[in-house]
Amino acid sequence: MTEPLPGCLLEVAGLRTAFHTRAGTVRAVDGVDVMVRRGECIGVVGESGSGKSVTFASVMGLIRSPGRIEAGTIRFDGQDLRALSPRQMRAIRGRDIAMTMQDALTALNPALTVGEQIAEVLEAHDEDLPRRGPARRRAITDRAVEMLRLVGIPSPAERLRQYPHEFSGGMRQRMMIAIALSSRPKLLIADEPTTALDVTIQAQVLELIADIRARLGMSVVLITHDLAVVAEHCDRVMVMYAGEVVEEGPTQAVIGDPRHPYTKGLLASIPRPALRGEKIHPIKGQVPDLINLPDQCRFQSRCPEAGPDCLARIHMHPAGPGRRARCIRRLDGGQADE
Amino acid sequence: MSEPLLSVSGLTKVYRGTPGIVGRLMGRPTLEVKAVSDVSLSVERGEILGLIGESGCGKSTLGRTILRLHEPTEGAIRFDGIDVAALPPREMKAMRRRMQIIFQDPYASLNPRRTVADIVGLPLQLHGLARSKAETRDSVAAIIEKVGLKTAHLDRYPHQFSGGQRQRIGIARALVSRPEFIVCDEPVSALDVSIQAQIIELLSDLKRDMGLTYLFISHDISVIGYLSDRVAVMYLGEVVEIGPVQAILERPRHPYTQTLMSAVPRVEAEGGRKRVRLMGDLPSPLDPPGGCKFHTRCPLATDLCRSRAPVSQSVGIGHHASCHRLNESFNLLEGETA
Repeated sequence: MTEPLPGCLLEVAGLRTAFHTRAGTVRAVDGVDVMVRRGECIGVVGESGSGKSVTFASVMGLIRSPGRIEAGTIRFDGQDLRALSPRQMRAIRGRDIAMTMQDALTALNPALTVGEQIAEVLEAHDEDLPRRGPARRRAITDRAVEMLRLVGIPSPAERLRQYPHEFSGGMRQRMMIAIALSSRPKLLIADEPTTALDVTIQAQVLELIADIRARLGMSVVLITHDLAVVAEHCDRVMVMYAGEVVEEGPTQAVIGDPRHPYTKGLLASIPRPALRGEKIHPIKGQVPDLINLPDQCRFQSRCPEAGPDCLARIHMHPAGPGRRARCIRRLDGGQADE
Repeated sequence: MSEPLLSVSGLTKVYRGTPGIVGRLMGRPTLEVKAVSDVSLSVERGEILGLIGESGCGKSTLGRTILRLHEPTEGAIRFDGIDVAALPPREMKAMRRRMQIIFQDPYASLNPRRTVADIVGLPLQLHGLARSKAETRDSVAAIIEKVGLKTAHLDRYPHQFSGGQRQRIGIARALVSRPEFIVCDEPVSALDVSIQAQIIELLSDLKRDMGLTYLFISHDISVIGYLSDRVAVMYLGEVVEIGPVQAILERPRHPYTQTLMSAVPRVEAEGGRKRVRLMGDLPSPLDPPGGCKFHTRCPLATDLCRSRAPVSQSVGIGHHASCHRLNESFNLLEGETA
């Protein structure tokens, strides 16, 4: 990896994360590159097992045995995160990069009030607070109230004293966002923030994230399985399949004219009222077993366009302005990346 | 018009919770949740009626009460001219051959200690539909192939299958007794997009080939809009709007339906689409608001809405909605774009 690109906040290159299980080695993330610019919202789309969550758990330094990051560089704001000590990483995690989890009820601590959970983040990361004494406690309470107000929780001062079980699903997701944002991170990684929520609440939470992003100028990584959410909220999109990025580019371009057969298949799989009476065209078969995968196109077994030449290792190819795709069927005249 | 296959009138399901011994001694009242409140609807033979609403609105309870998996508190259920709600247990059992259900969770709804052949064969045994073991096995094998699995799968256990395959097993179990009516209770909600499309395609093929009638329950408007002939919208235990699918999608009349339609993210960019923001969460069903139940979140609510519940009115051919302000022909989806 050379010098970081200007305007680039997070740059992941050649990331490989594997889980060594008794059944064999699962290559959950196999050579993934990610680039997130400052202030940008990038969508990461893929089905279960595509490696989207593991990629960003790796960025956060949250991979535990039997999992291991085997290769790759993770540069964040000029620092090489993989070279940091656990202590140095703790200073960044939660302060500069924050992550919200899909299931707010299990991610929150049921034994602490919301106020205490926000205070934990501030205690750990906020250096502007008064050193000690009642002034410090008051400053923490003020900040916590401010955070709950920011995420649109009514009567925040009273809500601070309540426990997670006293909130509805949408409110809990907001609280987790409040906790994640209380250290004013440069990057928010939101892992399926709305998957467990109803559509009307989903719309509220996504608008909230967009609004805060605009106000605080932070970057957002939105991990989701829902292409429609990406279409409405993200500048760029990365499509993952079986541990690899198969396509990336500006959202409008990728959705309007997908270059990888998997992206195409995903779009064709979405049932739409406009398609009533017509057949939908689901992708045949299922995701391959990630244990001991051969070096070949991973989508090949389900791809309508596959041929014998797909049985080799396929690299990302340029596929239009700012776009890349991992398919040899649609080469744009450019050279493959190594 | 001939008599509908299923018609439900004034169906109500109340769950009563006991306040516990301390509560009883202190004279606390019994807790009551009206999960389904005075619902009337019908399903024509060969039709798909979509039932949509957010979590907790009572859509699954309605589906299960229709099948008498939960006993109705009040109301009538007529299936093919027979008053199902009044059937004695013996006859109800025989009736169950004709009315089946497909569950949401393909992990929880299959017995992990039985083979596929046992699971799918059980309805045949219960209803005495096979004279010998060989005949059972033949029927099971036939239906297993019909749902896209192989006879080689018959002696395997549920854990050896993926989520999509398990859902196929659940579908085979529901169909093996050759029923006429199926309650599909969120059958694709737990599945990945590409697998979801496969199951939707399977369900529409089976409906056509076997002449089935579905009550299709889902929170996903895209799925409902793609599959259904007519759609019923539920809010806090009540059907607030029901009508032909085009009317519900394109000219929804109830403000809740309009909000729901506007909250769905779409893949295609649509110019001039306005997003109606619904404030707050679903009120607690333990303590539902008086008057129109939607008034706490409705942008159009007036004093009348707060004090008196609206009655269902006809707003088009086969299209009914319950709202006090229908005559004002408002449309929350038109006007300035957000």
